[in-house]
Amino acid sequence: MMGRNEWPARLHVVTGKGGTGKTTVAAALALGLAAGGHRTLLVEVEGRQGIAQLFGTEPLPYKELRIATPPKADGEVRALAVDPEEALLEYLDMFYKLGAAGRALRKIGAIDFATTIAPGLRDVLLTGKVKEATTRSDNGRRAYDAVVLDAPPTGRIGRFLNVTAETARLAKMGPIKNQSDGVASLLRSPITSVHVVTLLEEMPVQESLDAIEELTALNIPIGRIIVNGARPPLLSGARVTKTELKRGLAAAGLPSDPATVTGLQAEAKAHLTRRELEESLRTDLTEAGYPMVELPLLDAGVDRDGLNHLAELLLGDLKL
Amino acid sequence: MADQTAPRLDVDALLADPATRIVVCCGAGGVGKTTTAAALGLRAAEVHGRRTVVLTIDPARRLAQSMGLNELDNTPRQVKGIDTVATGGELHAMMLDMKRTFDEVVQTHTSPQRATEIFANPFYQAMSSTFSGTQEYMAMEKLGQLRSRDEWDLIVVDTPPSRSALDFLDAPARLSRFLDGKMLRLLMAPARGGRSMFSLVTASFGVFSRAVQKILGAQLLTDLSGFVAALDSMFGGFRQRADETYRILQDPQTAFLLVAAPERDAVREAAYFAERLVAERMPLAGLVLNRTHDVAFDSIPLADTEAALASLDPQDQQVTAEALRIHAGLLRQIEREVRVAARFTDAFPQVPAVAVTAQPADVHDVDGLRNIGAALTA
Repeated sequence: MMGRNEWPARLHVVTGKGGTGKTTVAAALALGLAAGGHRTLLVEVEGRQGIAQLFGTEPLPYKELRIATPPKADGEVRALAVDPEEALLEYLDMFYKLGAAGRALRKIGAIDFATTIAPGLRDVLLTGKVKEATTRSDNGRRAYDAVVLDAPPTGRIGRFLNVTAETARLAKMGPIKNQSDGVASLLRSPITSVHVVTLLEEMPVQESLDAIEELTALNIPIGRIIVNGARPPLLSGARVTKTELKRGLAAAGLPSDPATVTGLQAEAKAHLTRRELEESLRTDLTEAGYPMVELPLLDAGVDRDGLNHLAELLLGDLKL
Repeated sequence: MADQTAPRLDVDALLADPATRIVVCCGAGGVGKTTTAAALGLRAAEVHGRRTVVLTIDPARRLAQSMGLNELDNTPRQVKGIDTVATGGELHAMMLDMKRTFDEVVQTHTSPQRATEIFANPFYQAMSSTFSGTQEYMAMEKLGQLRSRDEWDLIVVDTPPSRSALDFLDAPARLSRFLDGKMLRLLMAPARGGRSMFSLVTASFGVFSRAVQKILGAQLLTDLSGFVAALDSMFGGFRQRADETYRILQDPQTAFLLVAAPERDAVREAAYFAERLVAERMPLAGLVLNRTHDVAFDSIPLADTEAALASLDPQDQQVTAEALRIHAGLLRQIEREVRVAARFTDAFPQVPAVAVTAQPADVHDVDGLRNIGAALTA
């Protein structure tokens, strides 16, 4: 049985290959961790507005706004879409009080330029903002009990999180260097946990394992492997004969003509083939040695009920 | 499925047409772009006898191996073990080496001495391997190179796994804007003591430049300055090349194929891209919807399946009950896929589409690619 104690970190970084549902999982985790009177922040950094689309709201501004409450309404999820330009201006303002000059710079495109010329600067700003939210206190009380980051996909996650290496190549001293050092140590501390979302399909599994290896080499702590879209374990070990199906269909008062029986058998066999492949991929994932959680495929697609269901599964209130 | 409402995309006609010289496969990450590109290339060579090259960006290891690509060496290699006896076609494949392509661009546009300076600059080193957009730009550059040699009947391009599919169109412009260096010159201007008529802008730029200097350190500005000076000679070449390639993409010799899977994000991305292609007057050939599902029989609709499941004795009829649950799951999944795909086909009813059913296992050999090719044209 899992509960909040099973998700000990405060900054949860959720990655996964494109199409595995990492935004959905990140949102469900933020909901789950908010249950029981907590406040969580769900952050996105890629300008995709995936959170707004998932919750069916207007595009998110660069502001922390309430987006949902957990299933029992005992807590709060806020959402933030970090924009690198805004983050840079905020950052410059903090150190240099740029004010109107900052806005002028933005007009002539200087900010876009600055976040473009220095590879890694953009990522330092994005992760820096995430760090700030994670460590922020209001009146001695932590602003957020947990921050969940809908992070870049597995193919880019190592580079994204390895901010020091990137900036150290260019900035040898100064505030950006300090900033990136601060982010780097947070990301390598037990406060952080990177969760990898995958489907039980070859490429996502391979990329997940590659990402885990890469992050481990960077000393960034891995949390869980989250298997999304898992199929129910139907027909395990069963022999699916036509005779059996014909008898069953007839008993249910359904058509049991040869085409139907053959078709149903073909679907059952395709399911079993798929399950077999999934089983071997599951073994590969298990061998990575990290705790695994499985989330079911939501037949009807992801709506609010579906998200709440996934949140409860992640936090262990329900069994699969 | 989706292609019942949209006109059907005739992939064979597209591949067979000698006027089709470039097929660009684009779409969100994880929708099977690379596999689709490889399958199209194989079919063009085997069935239509065309001398074809497939430019892949970041193929899965086993897919690359299936085409005989064991290393990233930036030159087309002929794919062996395919059946082109009857048609006389050829299939070649290459993986993009981003850094190497960038190096070649620099070498083409500047003197050997300058090239050495550029290669040694930390900015170049960082930018050529990590600049967001470099991969897209280099994919475009490589496409331009392949096309200019005119030795291929057909070039099939797999676009990079970008943050957004649109990056493929935008990044080259962004990079060439950057390298054209208006902003760079502005940034350097105070250092050179130059005065500009846009004094207000340069005044705040002075602030900016000082801020950059404070934040990033003086060494960085020196490196940047050196980089700009070294690149000065090649700005024109960069932009010209990017503009040329962009024009080729607008030409009817090119066909854009949007690749998507029946998932919300992927379909939305395809719709964005379709809008962009229309706006840029780029030739959109159609939509390939990968990984759709299908039932093996249609005599038991969802409502009947669910009713039967409610009444069947799960002990006595366990096998049938579980088989019917699989059938019901499949029917619900198909319903959802049709609904998701309709978001594209409703918005672009004229865009031809073709659906490719999910394969039981991932494709990593020539036979698998051939099956996909057949499914694309069935």
